[in-house]
Amino acid sequence: MEPIRVHEGLVYPLNRSNIDTDQIIPKQFLKRISRQGFGQFLFFNWRFNNDGEPREDFSLNKPQYKDASILVAGENFGCGSSREHAPWALQDFGFKVVIAPSFADIFYNNCTKNGILPVVLPEEKVQVLMENAETSGYRIHVDLENKRVYDSNDFEASFDLPEYQREMLLNGWDEIAVTLTHESKIDQFEDQRQVF
Amino acid sequence: MGKPKTIIEKIWDRHVVHQEEAKPDLLYIDLHLVHEVTSPQAFEGLRMKDRKVRRPDLTYATMDHNVPTIHRNVIKDQVSKTQMDTLKKNCEEFNVPLADIDHPDQGIVHVIGPELGLTQPGKTIVCGDSHTSTHGAFGALAFGIGTSEVEHVLATQTIWQAKPKTLNVKVNGKLGKGVTAKDLILAIIGKYGVKFGTGHVVEYTGEAIRSLSMEGRMTVCNMSIEGGARAGLISPDDTTIEFLRGRRHAPKGEEFEKAAEQWKSLATDEGASYDATLEINADEVEPQVTWGTNPSMCIPVSASIPTPDDATSANEKDEITRALNYMGLEAGKPISSVNIEHVFIGSCTNSRLSDLRRAADIVKGQKVNPSVRALVVPGSHSVKIAAEQEGIDVIFKEAGFEWREAGCSMCLAMNDDIVPPGERCASTSNRNFEGRQGTDARTHLVSPEMAAAAAIEGHFVDVRKFTVPTA
Ligand code: SF4
Repeated sequence: MEPIRVHEGLVYPLNRSNIDTDQIIPKQFLKRISRQGFGQFLFFNWRFNNDGEPREDFSLNKPQYKDASILVAGENFGCGSSREHAPWALQDFGFKVVIAPSFADIFYNNCTKNGILPVVLPEEKVQVLMENAETSGYRIHVDLENKRVYDSNDFEASFDLPEYQREMLLNGWDEIAVTLTHESKIDQFEDQRQVF
Repeated sequence: MGKPKTIIEKIWDRHVVHQEEAKPDLLYIDLHLVHEVTSPQAFEGLRMKDRKVRRPDLTYATMDHNVPTIHRNVIKDQVSKTQMDTLKKNCEEFNVPLADIDHPDQGIVHVIGPELGLTQPGKTIVCGDSHTSTHGAFGALAFGIGTSEVEHVLATQTIWQAKPKTLNVKVNGKLGKGVTAKDLILAIIGKYGVKFGTGHVVEYTGEAIRSLSMEGRMTVCNMSIEGGARAGLISPDDTTIEFLRGRRHAPKGEEFEKAAEQWKSLATDEGASYDATLEINADEVEPQVTWGTNPSMCIPVSASIPTPDDATSANEKDEITRALNYMGLEAGKPISSVNIEHVFIGSCTNSRLSDLRRAADIVKGQKVNPSVRALVVPGSHSVKIAAEQEGIDVIFKEAGFEWREAGCSMCLAMNDDIVPPGERCASTSNRNFEGRQGTDARTHLVSPEMAAAAAIEGHFVDVRKFTVPTA
């Protein structure tokens, strides 16, 4: 996975709560057997009407957000299904950071395994970002090393995430390789493991 | 005696392989269940790095999400077929046991685990599927994982997990007649919202939980994720032990008695403390119907559809308006006046033999309303066979239900079982998200009894007032 340290990019605001992974990537696209190419299906039912035409009333279709790489959304983002296709779709579409007041557990975890940075900010801060991002060309910096989010004006916020996940993201580690450094302990555990 | 512990802590402590300051724990996994949708990229990952499946003997695969339910072997959708063929190929290459499409043990992964006795108290169980929490009904620590974690467990039989917080959901009193485990879990989510459990493992306790059957407990634990919980479980007791006795993968003879003792000792100790506790009174729970686009948007069948003015915040007002709009519902009208076009009895929440029996009791001698298309999809091939032996299939078919092969089916409509745009379905599944049962489809979650009664009346009815004909 690619390391992420500091990211600067265009912000796309999606002001809804409880966005579930069925919305992020609908089930008809889960049949593929590779990790690539899911971006075209991101928010499919919101982005396209039944004839496959882009829906004008869905903001991600506006030209001003074409190059967005930071998604800002409402609370409990990524709830529902465990499908990792959701972060794959976000990433393939070009998103590197997702900011929300809270995330569903499995989705949060899945992001960090794929080099997407999930940032939890207080509700008020998220609201400010939402409003700012309504104007064209609003960009921010997300600094994972110092756990800070800021823009070129006066927006500034700090965030937290578990140290283990921070290190993973900063270094882009292969988690299995890390685990295998403890292989002798796994062997030992198996030797003593109780099976009924 | 040491400090009293919850079952969650007991299972956790027994599975820690490695522990380090400021890091998650490395936990050993006793059972890894695999299905066709969330595994292909994991096996591919192993192949790319030339890695093996560490413990094929602790891994078990089946096909459920994509499978056709009319004829099991006629897979029209080529992309689905490729995904199923890929699982088969992967299981062969990596030596993983597989209940293939035409295997007698095939079924929804969360139905067959318990059925085969693979699911046992005290185990750590994972699967690339959020409803893995179902297995918690047995007093196992069972949770859903993503595909990267599937790959990790395949390769190492372990997973990195931060110790979760514990939440006691205490259900006092008794459920009334005609009120089911499904109504209970919907009422809990309705009361406490879709994220009350975030960051927590929930233990369901209290009198009402103790009197539930294993099937009912599975229904409750199944929907823990709908409240945001990492997992949900119930301490094992005699009900658990009796369910497991004689199951294929359960220990046999004297070994079983020894295991049973061990299992019972896992139950949460008297006086153990949780990080948080929520309570609900089972006596007050009525049969539930969801009206909106997440499971917390539910009301008793006797109630009226909420209006945006009921909201306590601007955000909530927005959500209600959006949901009513998507669902095509009029605020303030009684939910019982809403007509439906489809009924789906199935899914890992409510497709076990007892679910089908209870629905059949309602349906017996009645006819499905002419404006309704109704489907019964058993949770596993074994459930189907057992139901047929009891003649349950005949009851459904005579009433006008379609009787299908086992699979996830219309729970997520990845196969051909789809609710058309704008149409309405009473469903015994667990998610009423936008588009879940088909693009622009409208889902109302209910119990099997409520679904059966709705099929007959063509709209929601209070199953307690529905006169069951005496045989
Ligand atoms: S029945 Fe539905 S919820 Fe259960 S595993 Fe299948 S798709 Fe998921």
